[in-house]
Amino acid sequence: MNTIDLEKTTLREVNQRLQGLPAETNERLWKLTNPHGEHACAVGLTAPIEVHIDGHIGYYCAGMNQKAKVVIHGQCGVGVAENMMSGEVVVKGTASAAAGATGQGGLLVIEGDAGTRCGISMKGIDIVVKGSVGAMSAFMAQSGSLVVCGDAGANLGDSIYEAKLYVRGTVESLGADCIEKKMTPHHLEKLGRLLKSAGIDADPKSFRRYGSKRSLYNFHVDNVDAY
Amino acid sequence: MSDRANPTPFYTPPRPSATFDAHSIAEIQRAAATGIYDIRGGGAKRKVPHFDDLLFLGASISRYPLEGYREKCATNVTLGTRYAKKPIELKIPVTIAGMSFGALSGNAKEALGRGATQMGTSTTTGDGGMTPEERLSSKTLVYQLLPSRYGMNPDDLRKADAIEVVIGQGAKPGGGGMLLGQKITERVAKMRNLPVGIDQRSACRHPDWTGPDDLTIKIHELREITNWEKPIYIKVGATRPYFDTALAVKSGADVVVLDGMQGGTAATQDVFIEHVGLPILAAIRPAVQALQDLDMHRKVQLIVSGGIRNGADVAKCLALGADAVAIGTAALIALGDNDPKLEAEYQKLGSTAGCYDDWHEGRDPAGITTQDPQLAARLDPVKAGHRLANYLAVLTMEAQIIARACGKSHLHNLEPDDLVALTVESAAMARVPLAGTSWIPGQSNY
Repeated sequence: MNTIDLEKTTLREVNQRLQGLPAETNERLWKLTNPHGEHACAVGLTAPIEVHIDGHIGYYCAGMNQKAKVVIHGQCGVGVAENMMSGEVVVKGTASAAAGATGQGGLLVIEGDAGTRCGISMKGIDIVVKGSVGAMSAFMAQSGSLVVCGDAGANLGDSIYEAKLYVRGTVESLGADCIEKKMTPHHLEKLGRLLKSAGIDADPKSFRRYGSKRSLYNFHVDNVDAY
Repeated sequence: MSDRANPTPFYTPPRPSATFDAHSIAEIQRAAATGIYDIRGGGAKRKVPHFDDLLFLGASISRYPLEGYREKCATNVTLGTRYAKKPIELKIPVTIAGMSFGALSGNAKEALGRGATQMGTSTTTGDGGMTPEERLSSKTLVYQLLPSRYGMNPDDLRKADAIEVVIGQGAKPGGGGMLLGQKITERVAKMRNLPVGIDQRSACRHPDWTGPDDLTIKIHELREITNWEKPIYIKVGATRPYFDTALAVKSGADVVVLDGMQGGTAATQDVFIEHVGLPILAAIRPAVQALQDLDMHRKVQLIVSGGIRNGADVAKCLALGADAVAIGTAALIALGDNDPKLEAEYQKLGSTAGCYDDWHEGRDPAGITTQDPQLAARLDPVKAGHRLANYLAVLTMEAQIIARACGKSHLHNLEPDDLVALTVESAAMARVPLAGTSWIPGQSNY
């Protein structure tokens, strides 16, 4: 394992080193120590490496990730794994707002709670939250899945498109055009796979599914109260 | 009293109301019949104070002009000198503004790239991502990061020559994007990860930052992902240009892009286009003032846009302190938009050449603002690109003619002292004297 101490190495050097690794690199395991809430850490990675961040980290950690696995052994700031394309990001602690925002692929696992707007504008990413998520989560969520083992805050799935939402606990309220949907065997199987890949032992049958009513997909003046 | 049946010298002819004019009446009637506001493309159509209200003084005894055709008047501009390792070098200070594949056909995007490249300037992506045709046809391509993040992709980010963080645009400051169902074809839907045929209304706020402090971190992230190579622009619609420019500088921008209300959109409510935001004439000086107050003028470059039509407009923008301009609507006209040759087809759409603005409907007979393959095929990207290059060349030559007459060996040497205003309003907005006086309203007493 390669260890880099962020107290002794600048963020620029760390990112440059990790971003510069070729796909076939043998240096696959990395540990970053003393992150001290640094922003934009381990962003833009493209190689299938595994990076462990030993402590709390700031905004946009693992942003736009491709293929890498980034594990945060602490809490993380706004926009963790934002616009992730592929790979995996695991947050051992809690995540701040906009976790997984606009993510297009890959898996984001948050073992603690996530703040507001978790999965905002998600475009294909799968997000599994062991704890609860804050208000306005999955706002304008386009595709992918958001799994919440705890509770969801107000206005879940507001203006949602085709993303799939699964919540085990309570939902404070659903946003515009978001409704509860039937859990079919297909969805149970998919949810089961997601929970398994996130390493969470939970019964898919204990979840409820939410998604788009699709009534706001084309503007109609009769729906004006919803806008 | 009048007697309509027997008009006399005392008959009062029908008098149209200046307040309830024909357009207002028609709009009330349309609203009452349909229950929905008007959506259209383009920018503000109402008359607002504009560059026509300014004049250049030219040289005389106290100023020494340059010889046309013999003495050099340089036009190049470098963008992104503040932080970027690889600033952009453009041969002319006229760039192509962001317009999306989706709003425009693939051929139109390619034509913009070809024309811009031929003249040594840049073109810009839009809401919906970068197409391979556009990347291939554009030597210098600016990649937009918008609130929707449709098609946002780190590979494309790294392929771009500059990154433009879009906060807003002049046609609709504070509004999100809109692309109606008829233009969400399979390819457009796939790039945006949306169902085919839905009305796409993209967000008006970015999903992962909320204010200038967060924006600073966002820009830092973009730089970290792209090795600090690419200039980062911040684009704002003209509303509070002094503060927005100052905050853009504070957030770490290399370039500020300022778009006035005459700047076009693919589709927005007419009421939004006509009643929100400032004309570009009123926005340039406050933005330049912010840069000067921060000692950042010419260090953070300023690109202005919104209603630029000719070389005089370009020269006036630069004289007021901008480093470059961007054109959108004018570029589309150069490609072939609103061509009188298509009059019969515009008539069928209930419009006329010169007025056609239903760009959101996707039925553009010129093949520009459409996703209909048959209509799009009407635009030859090579010929249209050549027309755009011609137009860009004329804009540049016209600006040079004026600059030489003012004794300037570079377009950037034009200055407010070269200008006067024809109206009190434009004098106040441009902060130049009313013609024939030394009076700058708001700056000095008459």
